[in-house]
Amino acid sequence: MSAVTPEIQRISGMRRFKDKGVQALVYLAFVIAVIPLVSVLWLVIANGIARLDLEFLTHSMRNIGARDAGGGAYHAIIGTLEQVALASVISVPIGLFTAIYLVEYGTNGRLKRSISFFVDIMTGVPSVVAGLFVLAFWILILGMPFSGWAGAMALAILMLPTVVRAAEEMLLLVPNDLREASYALGVSKWRTIVKVVLPTAFTGIVTGVMLAVARVAGETAPLLLTVFFTDSINNDPFNGPQMGLPLYVFDQAARPNDTAIDRAWAAALTLIIIIMLLNLAARLITYWRSPARKR
Amino acid sequence: MAKQIEVTDVDAYYGSHKAIEGINMTIDARAVTAFIGPSGCGKSTFLRTLNRMHEVIPGARVEGKIRMEDQDLYGSDVDPVSVRRTIGMVFQRPNPFPTMSIYDNVAAGLRLNHRYSKSQLDTIVEDSLKGANLWNEVKDRLTKPGSGLSGGQQQRLCIARAIAVQPQVLLMDEPCSALDPISTLAIEDLISKLKQEFTIVIVTHNMQQAARVSDKTAFFNLAAQGQPGKLIEMDDTTKIFTSPTQKATEDYITGRFG
Repeated sequence: MSAVTPEIQRISGMRRFKDKGVQALVYLAFVIAVIPLVSVLWLVIANGIARLDLEFLTHSMRNIGARDAGGGAYHAIIGTLEQVALASVISVPIGLFTAIYLVEYGTNGRLKRSISFFVDIMTGVPSVVAGLFVLAFWILILGMPFSGWAGAMALAILMLPTVVRAAEEMLLLVPNDLREASYALGVSKWRTIVKVVLPTAFTGIVTGVMLAVARVAGETAPLLLTVFFTDSINNDPFNGPQMGLPLYVFDQAARPNDTAIDRAWAAALTLIIIIMLLNLAARLITYWRSPARKR
Repeated sequence: MAKQIEVTDVDAYYGSHKAIEGINMTIDARAVTAFIGPSGCGKSTFLRTLNRMHEVIPGARVEGKIRMEDQDLYGSDVDPVSVRRTIGMVFQRPNPFPTMSIYDNVAAGLRLNHRYSKSQLDTIVEDSLKGANLWNEVKDRLTKPGSGLSGGQQQRLCIARAIAVQPQVLLMDEPCSALDPISTLAIEDLISKLKQEFTIVIVTHNMQQAARVSDKTAFFNLAAQGQPGKLIEMDDTTKIFTSPTQKATEDYITGRFG
C-alpha cells in the first residue's frame, strides 16, 4: 500500500461558507422578485376594495356625471369577457394547428422554418401596432365600424404567437415512444395526434392558453384603436363601440375626481380577479382531466 | 392466422448512412425467431423494417423486398398503417399511454381504428389481458391508469395492447432488457405460449434468452464501426449455439467479443 490512500475529510469551512452564501443570495433574489408582485396586489386591493360593490359590478357609466359618485364597470366587464373569448376563439384553433404542423408534419422544410420565423416576429409586435393594423385594415380600408370584434382581432394577433409557442413546447415534450407505440398498433398519424399526442399535452396547452389570455386581457392600446369607447352597455360585440376593463381604468384614472380614481382602482381589481378566476377554472379542468384521478 | 415472412436483399438507410445491407432470410410462421448481435449491428433497424416502422424516422428509407405470404409489404399501393395493424410491435421500454386507463390502453388499437360495442371490447380486453398473463393482477383495477403498474406489468400491458388488435406477426425489440428476472421469466413464458398463434420475432442481447425461447436464431454483425450491419448466419437455435458455421458467430456466442 505505497500509493496515497484518499482520506475521508470534513467539509472545509470555505465550502460551508460558500454554500450558506449562495443560499442567502437565492432567498434574497426570491424576496426581491416577490416585493413588486405583493406591493402591486396590496395597492390594488387596498384602493380598489372600497368601490368593489354590487353597484359597481352591475351598473354602467351611463348618465353618470363627471363629478358624480356611483356608476360601475358592468359594460367594461362584459366587453372584456366577450373580446377575450372571441380572441381565444380565433387564435386558439389557428395556434394549435400551427403548432401541430410545426411539430408533427413540418420535417425541417422551408415552410416550417419560415412559419417559425414569422411566429418569432409576431411575438415582438408591440400591442399598439396590432391595434393600428386592425384600425387601418378593418376599419379604415374595409370601412367596418368600431366593435368588440375588431378589438378581438387585434387581441388575437397578440395571442397567436404565445399560443403557438406554448403548444409547440408541450407537443415536443410528448415522448416519441408514445407516437411509435400508437403507429405500431396500426393507428394513422392524424388519429395518433388527436387521440394520443394532444391528450398527453392537454394540461400544458391549457396552461399556455391561459397565459396568453392573461396577457391580452390587460391590453389597452389595441382596444383604444378598435373597440373605441362607450359609457353604455353594449352586449353585441359585432355592432358598435364597446368598453373593456383596461380601457375603463385608463379612462377613469385620467379624470380629476376622486370618485373616478376610485372606480379605476376597483376596475383594476376586477380585472385581476377575473384573470385569477379564469386561471382557477383552467387549473380545475386540468386537475379533473389528469390521468391520476380518472374515475 | 400466423404468416411467414420472406426477406430479399434488404438495405436500410438513415439519411445517407447505410445501417444494414443485403439481408436475406425467411421467418417461419408459428415460431420464435431471435436476432442476436453486438450493439449497433442493425438488429433493431431490421426489425423495424419488417412492419414499416423504420420509415417513421425522418430521412429513413428501405430498399429491397419483404413479402408476407404473397403480399409485398413495400408495394407502392400498400398502406403502411395496415401493415402495422397486421404486424404488431412491442418496444424495449414499456410505453403505456399515460392518459389512458389499463382498459383503455388495451382497447386503444381497436378503438382508434374501428367502432366496437362495449361487450365486444370487454371480451377482447379480457382475452388480451389473459393472453398476456396480466388479467389476474389487474382485473379489479381496469379503470386505473396504466402508468401505475410495475415495469414488468407495464410491459405485459404493452403486449396485451399489441395482441388485442390480433396481428399475424409480433415483433419484440428487447422486450425484457428493462425488467427484473422474474418479470423476464413471465414474459418468456408468455412468448412460448404466444407462438402457437403468432409469428414472433425477438431482438435480444441476452443469449440465454435467445437459447431458451427461440426456434431459429439469426446472428448480425458489422465489419467495423460506421459500416452497415449484415446477417452473418441464421439457423436452428440449437445449431447456432452448438456448432455455428461462422467463426464470428462462435466468437460472439462464446463471449470472445461483443
